[in-house]
This record gives sequence, C-alpha cells and structure tokens, in this order.
Amino acid sequence: MNSLEKNSDIAELLVQVSDPEIPVLSIMDMGVVREIERDGQAVLVKITPTYSGCPAMDTIATDIKITLDRAGYSTTVKQILAPAWTTDWITERGRKHLEEYGIAPPLDASADKSVLLDGARIVKCTNCGSTNTKMVSQFGSTACKALFQCNDCLEPFDYFKCLK
Amino acid sequence: MKESLYQYLLLLGDNAMILGHRLSELCGHGPSLETDIALTNISLDLFGQVRNYFQYAAEVKDDQEKTTEDKIAFLRYPHEYRNVLLVEQPNKDFAFVIARQFFFDAYHLLLLKELCKSKDEQINAIANKSIKEVKYHLRFSSEWLKRLGDGTAESHDKMQAAVNYLYPYVGELPSESPIEKEMKEAGIGPDLGVLRTAYFAQIKSTLAEATLETPQFFGFHSGGKKGVHSEHHGFILSNLQYMQRTYPEMEW
Ligand SMILES: [Zn+2]
Repeated sequence: MNSLEKNSDIAELLVQVSDPEIPVLSIMDMGVVREIERDGQAVLVKITPTYSGCPAMDTIATDIKITLDRAGYSTTVKQILAPAWTTDWITERGRKHLEEYGIAPPLDASADKSVLLDGARIVKCTNCGSTNTKMVSQFGSTACKALFQCNDCLEPFDYFKCLK
Repeated sequence: MKESLYQYLLLLGDNAMILGHRLSELCGHGPSLETDIALTNISLDLFGQVRNYFQYAAEVKDDQEKTTEDKIAFLRYPHEYRNVLLVEQPNKDFAFVIARQFFFDAYHLLLLKELCKSKDEQINAIANKSIKEVKYHLRFSSEWLKRLGDGTAESHDKMQAAVNYLYPYVGELPSESPIEKEMKEAGIGPDLGVLRTAYFAQIKSTLAEATLETPQFFGFHSGGKKGVHSEHHGFILSNLQYMQRTYPEMEW
C-alpha cells in the first residue's frame, strides 16, 4: 500500500484541488501528488511539477494547504523532482475529463513523432471525433499542450502532449 | 568542494537564464503566432530549469548572507555570471534565433544525457526532469533549421549567414573549464572531451540535412565561463536586474 492509499481520506480531499490552467483536471488525476505523510494532524504533501517552469505549481501548493488546513490539518507542501513526472501518471478519469473539456489526452510518444513526420494520423478531434487531424504547432497555449487542427470540421484544438 | 559545486550550478543555470531571457524578448515579436508561442514556451522551460539549479545552489551555499535563488539570479556582478558567449548574442532575425537555439539545444541535450547519470542526487533529478523538455526544444530548432536551410534560396542564404555568424561561438560550450574538470573527477559532471566529439558530429550531420555548410573554423571565441563577457551581457543585466537594484528585496 503506498502513502496515497494509506492516507486515502486526505487524497479524497485533494481531488477537489485542480490545475488552475485546466480546471476540469484534479491534481490527483494529473498525478502531481506523489506522497502524503501524516503525523497526527500534521500532514506533509509531496508534489512534483509537470514541467520545470510550470507556473501553476505555486497556486497548486497554496490550494492544497488551504484545502487541508480547512479540514483541520496543519499542512506542509514540498516540491520534489525525482522521479520526473510523466503523462503516464494521468489517470483514466483524468483523460476522460480532458477529452470532455476539449483537450485531446496524450497518446504515446510515437503519436507526436508521426504527426510531425506526416505519418499515421491518430490524434482524435475533440469536436467531431475524426482522426484526420494535423499538428499546427508543437507548442500550444501552455507548456503541456500542442496545437492541432481537424481537417474535417476545421476546428482547432489542444492536444496534451506526451512527456516521458 | 562545496564552493566548486556552487560554481558549477551557476554555470549550468546561467546558460539557461541568459538564453531564456533572450527568448523572452521575442514575446509578442515572433514571426508568427505559433513560433512566438513556441519560443516563449521554451523560455519558460529554461527559466523553470534555472530555478531548480539556483534553489539548489542557494541550499549548497548555506551562508551567513542567506543566499536565495533571487539573489543569485539578480544580484551578481557581470564577471560572476558563467554563461557562454553564444547565449548572450542578441536576437537578429528568425534564422539567427533558430541557429543560436539549435547550437545550444544540441549541446544541452548531450549534456543532460550525461548529467542524468550524475553522482549528485539533485543534479541527477534536475537533469532527468529537464531532458524531457529539451528533447522538444531540439526537435523544434532542428525542424526549423532544416525547413529554412532546405527552403527557398532566400531562406537558405539567411540560415547559412546565421550559422556562419554564430559558429565561432559553439566551441566554448564543450571546452572544459577548471570547475568542469573538478566536477568530472568527482563523478558529478561529464567528460567534455567525449561530449565535444559527439556535439560537432551532430552539428555537421544536421547542417548537412538542412543543405547547409559547416564553416571551417577553429579559433573559437570563449571567456563566458570565466566571467569575461561580450558587451551585450551588460545590457541584458541592466534589464534583468533593474527591479531588484531599484527596489532591493522586492517581492511580487
Ligand atoms: Zn473535427
């Protein structure tokens, strides 16, 4: 049993904390909460950034502290770098929420490469579901996203790019 | 050893900070919306990496003055910065920005691959984090290098001119300074001699793919690692340090 399972009541409280840039994505589903340690009412939460320069990390740390302090804990949040975050840690529920929100969830790394090299088209349009899509730019509105466009319905959309 | 490790972290962080600053100057000035966003995203990644290096450097320093990441970034004198001359070169045209980025990214990725094996636990962690981001940077800069080099006659000429102008600066990156030698011996940093060969081979093959000539040049400019900078560096610092010098210890 890992520390998140052991402290599932705290983990459950943290489900309501979300990424300020992607409000539908809970930090628990995003996989940035790595460890929870508890000693009486004192709680230590270890989080890891998605990207080194992710400007949301400070807000996330503050939101964690507010949420848990409100529930009666005395909370410390610490940032750790190892092991480095990967898009593989986004949960099934997180991927579903991303897609409903209009952001195509990450596929495997070869998906990014094949669209670049004009290979197989596999990123699905979040508007009409077509896989006839093209990458407009490897870098999108935030560090974690690439910009895509659908060739069928012409709608532009974000793709949460792979980080492994 | 503590002081050397501190200096080594400055050396790693300063390259990312000065290049990140150069890229941030392009915010709102990129040739297209997509490239503008890409360059500022790369800048953001680099600043994130800088913070990781400088936070660790402040921890290593552990001095009476209570060194912080902000003091390291904003309150050093020009000769205390350890960045190479390449990254302080000003933005000219887009070809120039791409050439500078490619020369740095190619080295950066090779360096991080080695630092991922560092005996220093925190440098190891920072490298393993950064390398995922830098793979995207190199992909972006090499793709553009090829697109422009192998594009129209005009884009080819502009790209070749940028490569010719910046090539004299690339040799400094894999030239071993005394601090880097000490870190190599301690198993913290890589053997730059080995890295150098791989670096030049990669430059040559990517330039060839982009139908560009690799300049024949051997008298590389250097000095940045020792704190001897070009004139451009002072202008960067006056811009970067303005707030902290004018309003000491200000916070957002
Ligand atoms: Zn569509």
